[in-house]
Amino acid sequence: MSWYAAIGAVEQGLLYGIMVIGVYLTFRVLDFPDLTVDGSLPLGAAVSAVALTHGFHPLAALGLAMSAGFLAGMVTALLNTKLQILHLLASILTMIALYSINIRIMDGPNVSLLGVSTMLDVMPDLGVTGYWSAPLLFGLLAISVTVFMIWFLHTELGLAVLATGDNARMITAQGVNTHHIIMLGVGLSNAMVALSGALVAQNQGAADVNMGVGTIIAGLASVIVGETLFGRGGITRGCIAALLGSIVYRVAIALALGIKWGAFAFTPSDLNLITALLVVGALVTPILKKKWTRP
Amino acid sequence: MIRIEGYTQYFHRGGVNEIRALEQVDLHLAKGDFVTLIGSNGAGKSTLLNGLAGVHRADEGQMWIGGRNVTDWPEHRRAAYIGRVFQDPLVGTCASLSIEQNMALSFKRGQGRGLSLGVKQQDRGFFREQLQILGLGLEDRLKASVGLLSGGQRQALTMVMATLIEPEVLLLDEHTAALDPKTARQILELTGQIVAIKQLTTMMVTHNMAQALAYGNRLVMLHQGGIILDVSGEEKKNLTVEDLLAQFYTAQGEAFASDRALLC
Repeated sequence: MSWYAAIGAVEQGLLYGIMVIGVYLTFRVLDFPDLTVDGSLPLGAAVSAVALTHGFHPLAALGLAMSAGFLAGMVTALLNTKLQILHLLASILTMIALYSINIRIMDGPNVSLLGVSTMLDVMPDLGVTGYWSAPLLFGLLAISVTVFMIWFLHTELGLAVLATGDNARMITAQGVNTHHIIMLGVGLSNAMVALSGALVAQNQGAADVNMGVGTIIAGLASVIVGETLFGRGGITRGCIAALLGSIVYRVAIALALGIKWGAFAFTPSDLNLITALLVVGALVTPILKKKWTRP
Repeated sequence: MIRIEGYTQYFHRGGVNEIRALEQVDLHLAKGDFVTLIGSNGAGKSTLLNGLAGVHRADEGQMWIGGRNVTDWPEHRRAAYIGRVFQDPLVGTCASLSIEQNMALSFKRGQGRGLSLGVKQQDRGFFREQLQILGLGLEDRLKASVGLLSGGQRQALTMVMATLIEPEVLLLDEHTAALDPKTARQILELTGQIVAIKQLTTMMVTHNMAQALAYGNRLVMLHQGGIILDVSGEEKKNLTVEDLLAQFYTAQGEAFASDRALLC
């Protein structure tokens, strides 16, 4: 792998790392497997792309994308809490509905950002130029989101979110409406995912309705890789591990795509298969280990 | 203080499995009353407690806590005035959080939760002080994960957490039933101690008649969804297990043999 490809992979890891922090919040903290993300990632991309082409400031576009993501998460949470639809199904419903909505927002399956001023064009204004500007920008944003999440989960409200995922009966007895907490948590998670999607679109110069396919699996893979390599103890460690997991995952994917056996080589379309195998492997390893070590 | 009037509770209403768990129950508790609730399985003891806590919505009747009509309040809203300890020691605390995080959660019971730090430095002293009452050494392990504690320790912690903010009523639903006899005795003694110190209005469900007699100033016996005995003060002090069994048998009519083993 070339130096240039390595930087590209790290950059992807940071960009999608923001999404992984969102997935960590629902999947690990709230214990709410949320597939909405496959729809809210392109939603963030679509909203920010349309906002940019309509002349909004890149920062405002990111804000709009996050709000849209938050709303999408709220819809899933409402379906689950108030209408008592199973969380997985509720999130799948929102996800497929978002497919149509995203096409409506973009008035087509994609929007090009060629010649439109994006976050990356803001960097030279701040005095940062060259090929370091993108990784620096995404790094700063990814770290800010991670720090925000660590801070949030240490607040009174954050503790209530943690408790809702751990023991809903306990936290209800402490006077907390778990429905509100789930709406807040799933909303916040999808706001992160939409932010990630918006940045991905700005980075690659286009928003596409299909760019969200496999997001949840990539997110889970990153969380699991992070936990395996950097440990699970505590919230601070968990959030940092999720971000690092995202980087490792993207680098691993880049390496896998570079493998060649004679005439055989992986193509980008094999990515989902590789990721699925990776997640299955990571999930099964602890169980197999237990089985084999038993006398 | 606590007023329950005409409380009727069905389960699976309208279905083939319809059960009337409670029928027209009236119960008034004065401030500081410590009521022990007894009765056989299915008598409606837990239903009564859960009904007051708001876990079930009453099919008929009204409930007041400290003058507030809470009949239509959801569980989390009533929680502002209620401290609860459950039968299962795992229900009252969060295993993945630390002792101090759990305590911080219940130290905000019934209040709004904002974006200030969850566990505040100035509260740690108070938490330690409260844990010292237990005599389990938990005050030196504030940062330990609750998942590392034994069932008895967790139940003791839940007991302290339920009373961190003084509740208007403390509901104990067979909170020693899942513990080994020695731990159960300790938790029960602790219960008596905490209730006495804080002079809490308390309802305690138990299967053990001796416990029901030893604790509290009032005893209520439920049978098939209704109150069949309600004694307090001197009358309760003079009550014996034999009296209770006699009462129970009269109510039940026939076929006690199986219950005798259960209740003694």
